[in-house]
Amino acid sequence: MQLHGDWSLSAAPLIEAQLHALPTKPRGSVTCDWSEAEHPGIGTAWMLLTRLIDLGVAPADIKHVGSAPHYLALLQKLGQERHAARTGRLGAPTLEGVVGGLGFWAVVQGRHARGVVEFFGRIVMVFAEAFKRPAALRGSSLVRHMYETGITAIPIVSLIAFLISVIVAYLGAQQLSRFGADIFVVDLVTIAVLREMGVLLTAIIVAGRSGSAFAAEIGVMQLNEETDALRAMGINPIEVLVLPRVLALVLVLPGLTVIADAMGLAGGCLLSLVNLHIPLPQFISRMQESLAPTTFWSGLIKAPVFALLIAIVGTYRGMEVRDSARELGRLTTVAVVQSIFFVILADAVFAVLFVQIDF
Amino acid sequence: MLDTDFNPVIRVHGLCNRFGAQVVHENLDMEVRQNEIFGVVGGSGTGKSVLLRSILGLHQQDAGTVQLYGREVRSLAAEDRSAMVQSFGVTFQNGALISSLNVAQNIQLPLREHYSLSEKTLDELAEMNLLMVGLTPDAAAKYPSQLSGGMIKRAALARALALQPQLLFLDEPTAGLDPISAAAFDELLLYLHAQLRLTVVMITHDLDTLFRTCSRVGVIVDGRMISDTLDGMMLNTQPWIHAYFHGPRARAVEARG
Repeated sequence: MQLHGDWSLSAAPLIEAQLHALPTKPRGSVTCDWSEAEHPGIGTAWMLLTRLIDLGVAPADIKHVGSAPHYLALLQKLGQERHAARTGRLGAPTLEGVVGGLGFWAVVQGRHARGVVEFFGRIVMVFAEAFKRPAALRGSSLVRHMYETGITAIPIVSLIAFLISVIVAYLGAQQLSRFGADIFVVDLVTIAVLREMGVLLTAIIVAGRSGSAFAAEIGVMQLNEETDALRAMGINPIEVLVLPRVLALVLVLPGLTVIADAMGLAGGCLLSLVNLHIPLPQFISRMQESLAPTTFWSGLIKAPVFALLIAIVGTYRGMEVRDSARELGRLTTVAVVQSIFFVILADAVFAVLFVQIDF
Repeated sequence: MLDTDFNPVIRVHGLCNRFGAQVVHENLDMEVRQNEIFGVVGGSGTGKSVLLRSILGLHQQDAGTVQLYGREVRSLAAEDRSAMVQSFGVTFQNGALISSLNVAQNIQLPLREHYSLSEKTLDELAEMNLLMVGLTPDAAAKYPSQLSGGMIKRAALARALALQPQLLFLDEPTAGLDPISAAAFDELLLYLHAQLRLTVVMITHDLDTLFRTCSRVGVIVDGRMISDTLDGMMLNTQPWIHAYFHGPRARAVEARG
C-alpha cells in the first residue's frame, strides 16, 4: 500500500473515506509505504491501523517501510490491546425502553416527594431543638441572610410594586371612566395591591433573587465537599446552612410585603392624582371606605407561607447538587421555577380558602 | 508556521512577576531543550504555577520575555497563537476535566474545536488516547466524578495528548496519588516520552517522580531559577537546595534508588 499526500489530522475526513473504500478481504500481510506521506500524524496512522485490523489483518502482519513515523511501535502495541468493547452508543428508543423510562421517572418523582417531606421534617426538628439550645439559631448568620434577602431587596421590590400598581390603575381608569366611575380606581388599586399583588410580586421577586442564591450557594458547597466536612466535624448542615436561610426569609418577607403594599398604594395614588385629578385627601378617605378590616391582613398572612416555600425549595435543591457544574445550573433553575410555581399554587389555595371562610 | 524542532523549546529570560508588594519572580531565566523531561521544583508559594501560567500565556508577566520555539508567546497573531496552543498539551493540578462531559467527550473536545472530524473518527481517536494512557475503553463513558484520582490524572493526560503535541506541561501529575499509582504514572510518562519523543515540563513535589523521570531540574529560589542535572543538584550548596535534596525524604529515595 502506497500512502500519498497530506496525512495530518486536517485531512482525516478524506483519509477516512479512502480507508472505507479499501477492498474488504486483503490476504496475507500488508506493507505500508510512508515515503510519500506528508506530515504523518499519530491520529491518522491509528485510523489506518485500526481499519486494517478491522478488515481482518493481524497486527503482526502490518509492515511499515519508507521513513515510517517513530510512534508506529506504540500504535502497533495499542492495536493489539484494543478491546472489542467500543464506546457505547445509544440505540433507537424501543417501547420497552420508553415504558421503563416512564416508570423510572415515576419512582424518582416519588422519591423526591419523600425527600422534601423528610427535609422539612429535619428543619422542624432542628428548629424545635433551638428552643432548648438557643445557640442553634446562629444569630450572626441569621442577620446576614436577613440583610442579603431583605434589606438589599427593598429597592427592586419597591420599584416593581410601584410600577405595576401604576399600570393597573391606568388600565382600570381607562375602563372605569367610560361609566363615569373613576373613583372606583381607588377601590381597585387598594384591594388588588393589599390582597394579592403586593405579596405575590414580592414573593416572585424574592424567589428569583434569593431562591436561586440559596440553591447556588449550598450547591457549590456540596461540590466542594464542604457540607461533608461540616458533617464530619459534627456540625449539622441543616442547622448552619438551611435553618438560618429559612428563618431569615420567613422574617423578612412580611416586611418586604408591607413596603410593596405602601409603594403600590403610592403608585395608585400618584396616578389618580395626575390622570384622574383625585386629590390626596379624597383618595385616602375613599381608600378607607373600601377597606375591610381583613384586607391588609389577608395579604400579609400569606407572606411567611410563601417565604417558607421559597426557602425550602431553594435550600433543598442546593443540597441535591452532586458531581458537576451542570447539575448546579440545572438545580438552580429548578429551584427558581418550582418556588415560583409553588407560590402561585399556594396563592390559589389561599384565594379559595379566604372566600370559603369569608376572610 | 511554527518550527517545532526549534532548540531550545522554551526560553524564559528576565521574568519578573509581582503581586502588590510581594515579589514572586525576579529576573528568572529558564531554558528547556528538545526531548528532555524538565522538573520544576520550589517551596510552596515560590511561584511554580505562576511560572507555568506565564509560559502558557495565561498570565501577563510584569517584565521579561517568554519564548516558545523561538517566538514570543504574548505577541503572536491570533492564527499563530492557535497553532502554538495546539502544539502543547497541559494537565492541571486537579485534572480540570470538564465535569459535565464524559471522558471520551473531554478528549474529543479540543479535536472538535480545531478539526472537522466524523463521529467515528473521534471515537477512534478517543480510544487511542485512552489506550495510550493505560485506561480501558469502558472508562470512555464515565463522568469525571465517577473516576478515581489516578484515573483522573490519566484522563487529563489523554486529553492533553489529544492534539498530538510535541510539548507537554504537567502540573503536579502525581500529587494525591498512592505510591503505586504514582510509580505507574512515572513509568507511563517515561514510556510515552520515549515513544512520542515529547518534551516535558513538570512541576512536582514528588521526589520519587523527580529522581525517576527528570533529566534536568530547575529550582526556584528567591525568585530566580537554578537549573542543573540531578547529579549537579546533589552537589549544590545553596541552603534550600541542599535541604531539599538531602532532607530525610530525599535520603530515603536515594537509599532505595
